[in-house]
Order: sequence, then structure tokens, then C-alpha cells
Amino acid sequence: MEPMIRVENLTHTYSAGTPFERNAVEGMNLTVMPGEFLGIIGHTGSGKSTLIQHLNGLLKPTSGHVYLEGRDIWENPKEIRQVRFQVGLVFQYPEYQLFEETVYKDIAFGPGNMGLEQEEIDRRVRQAAELVGLPEETLDKSPFDLSGGQKRRVAIAGVLAMEPKVLVLDEPTAGLDPQGRRQILGLIQEYHRRRNATVVLVSHSMEEIAQNAHRIAVLKNARNFMEGTPREVFARAAELEQAGLDVPQITRVAMALRRRGLPVDTAVYTVEELKDALLRLRGGAAHA
Amino acid sequence: MSTMLETKNLTFYYPAEEGRKATAALRDITLQVEKGSFVVVLGHNGSGKSTLAKHMNAVVLPSNGKVYVDGRDTCDESLLLEIRQRVGMVFQNPDNQIVANVVEEDVAFGPENLGVPSRQIRRRVDDALAAVGMSAFARHAPHLLSGGQKQRIAIAGIIAMEPECIVLDEATAMLDPVGRREVLETVHRLNREMGITVVLITHHMNEAEEADRVIVMNDGQVVMDGTPRQVFPRVAELHDLGLAAPATVELMDQLNREGMDLPLDAVTVEECADAVCRAFGIGQEE
Repeated sequence: MEPMIRVENLTHTYSAGTPFERNAVEGMNLTVMPGEFLGIIGHTGSGKSTLIQHLNGLLKPTSGHVYLEGRDIWENPKEIRQVRFQVGLVFQYPEYQLFEETVYKDIAFGPGNMGLEQEEIDRRVRQAAELVGLPEETLDKSPFDLSGGQKRRVAIAGVLAMEPKVLVLDEPTAGLDPQGRRQILGLIQEYHRRRNATVVLVSHSMEEIAQNAHRIAVLKNARNFMEGTPREVFARAAELEQAGLDVPQITRVAMALRRRGLPVDTAVYTVEELKDALLRLRGGAAHA
Repeated sequence: MSTMLETKNLTFYYPAEEGRKATAALRDITLQVEKGSFVVVLGHNGSGKSTLAKHMNAVVLPSNGKVYVDGRDTCDESLLLEIRQRVGMVFQNPDNQIVANVVEEDVAFGPENLGVPSRQIRRRVDDALAAVGMSAFARHAPHLLSGGQKQRIAIAGIIAMEPECIVLDEATAMLDPVGRREVLETVHRLNREMGITVVLITHHMNEAEEADRVIVMNDGQVVMDGTPRQVFPRVAELHDLGLAAPATVELMDQLNREGMDLPLDAVTVEECADAVCRAFGIGQEE
């Protein structure tokens, strides 16, 4: 199967030719299959944000290539806009980018730029609003009268209304409380399911990534560091910790138990998993 | 012990807007924060925790009741400078708090405004940058730093004013785990070594593990107040408030429901692992 996105030997240098010259991404490779939900994690400065800004051509590689469905996105630079319609990018704190008079107009901005018929724009705006859980009556309100969580959902709806094949999100839950985080992740899953879309989710939270992604790419110091299913990645929790990444507290409990001689699997990342593992262990001990 | 911050029957209403009634963001809050203590205020969005923080250096004034900073009434405008000098505030977004193009100039901004003589400013800036571990970046451009580094610069700017208290209003919410750890370690050290009172507003439970005191807010009121060991075992109540206990306590609570008998005040990873091992009969001296 042809990958949806393939990043090949990508390097991006900031402030080239100045004393601040720095490779934010260095020789990075990444493949995302159609319909896949990929999580990207890494410490600050690991290159996550720089990497994903290449996926829809906001940044141009200093060297290396980005392919969308097998085609180099910079093959014809004049067509880069088409790439941006197919790969929707939700920035960090997207609510800062709201600007229109009404929620409706704000969501309609993207599809409007695509040159769609008015009727089609209307359908998309309403569908995106429904998907992110905005009630009909909010469409006529000013986006600036909404709560922080609602503003963020409007901003995400604006990207979803372009119906991108690939949805890329940079820290979509940053700054939200646990309930707000659950809502945003729920709607991303819903878009993924309904449209069979490819999703790339960047997050600082291992828990969040582990619970949502099929596969995780771990970045470190501008390079690829690790890749695998959540289980495969968490099985190497000690290495993750050494790399300055945050291992979920529950995984650290499992590691501490193992150090003390309790034979538990350290590739756990939810309270339930560790509870079940411990109960099994206790059951085994009782029957022994 | 003397009191750094005190609120007496503090109530605050956000003003009524068109088509909306005035709502009480804070209702009748009376509390004291001791000098030198490390207090964490928890609560979900809209619980009033940020509004409470903004009362602590007179960014916002009470609708009813009083707030005293080191005995000074925040409603007395003539005391404003004294109050702001005593309590420094770090906000959520690091990018909104930086005013200069060079790190050391940014840190000097506060003391310059207080009219501190320039020779002293030099010393204060150097000391403040050392205190947050950012001396090597004195001549750097702040916008090229990481989020955690920017927040430490913001904290240095406050330390340079030599305050007695620092209030961090969700100052870690926009940071990654490393940045969050940097900021937390910095404020814990300032608290320990310089005796600065710290009030940390957050919705990250585990930031409260090492606090002297945890205050949980809901709907504009204080609903829990105690040490982490007193507050976190109240798992069911925390859930009702839309909050989760630390994963360690959640784990032991769930195991207890399956018939085990684990101490819910074993809050840290090591304590929790010790408690679980004891229950399994591992790690005890034979």
C-alpha cells in the first residue's frame, strides 16, 4: 500500500548563516499509512513542531523530501495550496487565530478559500460544527464570546470543514483541564472514524498518545529516536526516561514494583492495566 | 508564624454583560497563607482558582470582603506599589510576559520600574538569573528560548524585584514535561532556600505532591484544604469535582475495592510501590 505521507531524510535549518544556526530537524524519516493514527512525542526542541509544519508545506525542507500519496509536495511549488487543503494542520492554541465576526464565518473561511459552492460550504460548516459539538445557536455568535474550550473547538472545526484527508494536530489539548482534554480527543477520534482519515497527533502527554494512537514515533534532539506500538514503546520506559521524556506515573509505579522484585509488565500505561496485572499476580499467589 | 496572604469573606462578581447576569466567580472565601509555605490551588476550569490568584497582588479587587497582602489592604490604592513589590505573578503564556529583546534587559524591567539604582540592578539581575539557572542565557534573545526557559526568565524578572511571595497562575499549563519540571524545581528551590512563599495554581494533580498544602476549589468556593496526604485519599470526592487523584492513589483505591487494604496516603511513586510490595509480602526484612 502506498503511504499517505512519507518523509525522507528531512533536515531543516533555522537562522542559517547566523550565530544562532541550528538544525531543528536532522535526517528524519517518517511514514504514515492511510487511515493510521500516529502519535508523535518528544521533548521541547526535539523537532516535533518543525517536522509537522513540513507535512503541509508551511516549511520547505532545507534538504530531504516530503511525499503526499507518493508525490513530492514541492515538485510544483505553485500547487502547494492544494497540499494545504488535503493536509489540515491545527496549530498549538488555535483559538488565537479566530478572527471572524461569527462562528459560522470563521468555520467557513477555509472551505471558502477552496472555491467551493455556497451550498457545499454551508453543509461543511454545519457538519464540522456538529462534529465538534457546537450547538446550532452558537454559529451566529461572536467567537470571542465563547469559553476557551469552545473557542478551541471552533478553531478545529475550521480545519475539519476543509475535510482534509490528513489531520495533523500540534498539542490540541494543551492548557485544557481533564474534561476539556477528553472532549477534544473524542472529536479527533470521531473525525478519524467517520472519514477514515489519517491522523497525526503531537503531544507531550504519553498517556494521551498511548490511549489514542496506533503507533508512536518518539523524537529526540531533532532525530528519530524510537518507533512502535504503544506497548513496544512503553516496554522501553527506562530509555524514555533517560531521554528526558515523561513516562506516565503509572508506568513508573510498575517500574518501581519490578525493581522491588514484583514480576509485573512495565509496558502498562493505564491504572486499569496495572490493577489487573496486580490482581492476576495476587490470584496466582493465592492458588500457589 | 506570620501570614503572607489573607482573604476575609472574599466574594467577586464578574460584571454583568448584555444578556447575562453577573456571576459570582468567588463566594465568601476566607483563608490565610503562611509566610514561607508552598500552597497548591487545584480546580477545573471555571472553578475560580485564577480569579483567586489575581486577587493576591491586586490585579483584581474584591466585590465584597477583603484581601490583605502582608497586612496591607489591596483596596488601598496608595499601597499598590508595596503590594506588587511583595507578590509577583507569573502567568500562563510565556510569550505574553516578555518585554525586552535581551534576556537580562527583560529581567531588569521590574526593578527599573521600582526605581532601584542601576548598580544594584546589575547585581539583582545576575542573582535572579543564577537563581533560576539561566545565567548562561543573559545575552540571548528571549523569543528563541523554550517555553520552560521563558517561564524561568519570567520568574527571574519577579525575583529581581525581591518579592516575598510568587503566585504562579497555571504557569506550567503550556509547558512540556521537561519545562514543567524545570519550573517546578525552580520554585521549590526558591521556596526552600530563599523562604519565598509560593502559591501555585494548576490542574496537574502531581504538581501538588510536594506541596505543604493543597486547596481544592469548585464553583468559586474552597471545598478541600489540607496536606496532600489529607486531600488525595478523598478519591470519590475528587471524582465528583471532575478531578482525578494522582495515578498512585487511583491505583490503590481500585485495588482496595478488590479487597486489598492499601494506605491511600502513599502518594509518591516510591511510597506507592513500597505499600503494594508490603501487601504482596515483598521487601520486608526476614
